[in-house]
Amino acid sequence: MIIGHRKPLEEILKMLEPHDKIILAGCKGCVAVCNAGGEKEVGILASAIRLARKKDGKDIEVKEITLERQCDPEYIDQLQSLAGDYQAVLSIACGVGVQYLAERYKSIPALPGLNTDFMGGSREQGVWVERCQGCGNCVLHLTGGICPITRCSKSLLNGPCGGSSKGKCEINPEVECGWQLIIDRLKSLGLLEALYEQILPYKDWLTSRDGGPRTITREDMRE
Amino acid sequence: MEYPSNVKIIRVPCTGKVDALYLLKALESGVDGVYVAGCKEGDCHFLKGNIRARKRVGYVKQILQDVGINPERVAMYNLSAAEGPRFVEIAREFTAKIRALGPSPIKTGKGREIPVPGEAGTAEKKPEGAKKAA
Repeated sequence: MIIGHRKPLEEILKMLEPHDKIILAGCKGCVAVCNAGGEKEVGILASAIRLARKKDGKDIEVKEITLERQCDPEYIDQLQSLAGDYQAVLSIACGVGVQYLAERYKSIPALPGLNTDFMGGSREQGVWVERCQGCGNCVLHLTGGICPITRCSKSLLNGPCGGSSKGKCEINPEVECGWQLIIDRLKSLGLLEALYEQILPYKDWLTSRDGGPRTITREDMRE
Repeated sequence: MEYPSNVKIIRVPCTGKVDALYLLKALESGVDGVYVAGCKEGDCHFLKGNIRARKRVGYVKQILQDVGINPERVAMYNLSAAEGPRFVEIAREFTAKIRALGPSPIKTGKGREIPVPGEAGTAEKKPEGAKKAA
């Protein structure tokens, strides 16, 4: 899922300064699962915004709504009847949601309530970790199911580097060396010789961000 | 044994049911302070309900801090169901503390209660110590 976390309240309140009637839009997708932008977080943030305003003797109307997803135009359309009545929409979906709102509702600003962090999963309750960088050309079959692009701090394709020590990365003793993990895993699979001994060729990064914004088209699915 | 009549009790099956939003909504409605009275830590019938409540109270305190409302207006106390006198003591103590803070800025609209930067963060861990003051 896409992992995000709420922007500092101070920053959100500053964004909202010019407005006194806003929509606060959550998303029931990824950000709801990582407890950053779902229905519950909409309620808490709306309450915090109202408290911040009321303590200054001012008022703000916050329309709380949580869309099924903010990355699909059909759900974004659900705000159509509301958008005209409000001065801004604060989205606590990922950056995709904010942009979809901005594209769809041109007359009011779409403001980000979250900082979108990475693609990852939960390690335990309350802890999320990065696992994929969306490079567009997966090599997990060659690396024992451990992503060198994400787990190696340098995204090396042939590691480890000299900064690997006792299984940890030089950037931080709490960060595991991605390549140590890969080697250990390949060993346990009995694939060390077959896979690790082979030099991985340089990667075509055009499938990643280096090729500019990406689009996937499925002709069989298009209308 | 009488506790102050201004303390309104809202019953929940376990403090683990207390959501951060309950506390925020209470403050929004204009109450001057809210405290959660849970069982003693280690004594939760549902194992971790009161631990979760404590963390949520901490989370709400942080939110209040961030919006400029004194985080002391929210607190967590732990006592057993058999401790009637302690319950009264806590009710009196918290009432006195909130009375000293004055009415909630939500009602008065008088602006920030605490200074802007992180300096006021030192006030955050006080509720535990504040018990002794009573």
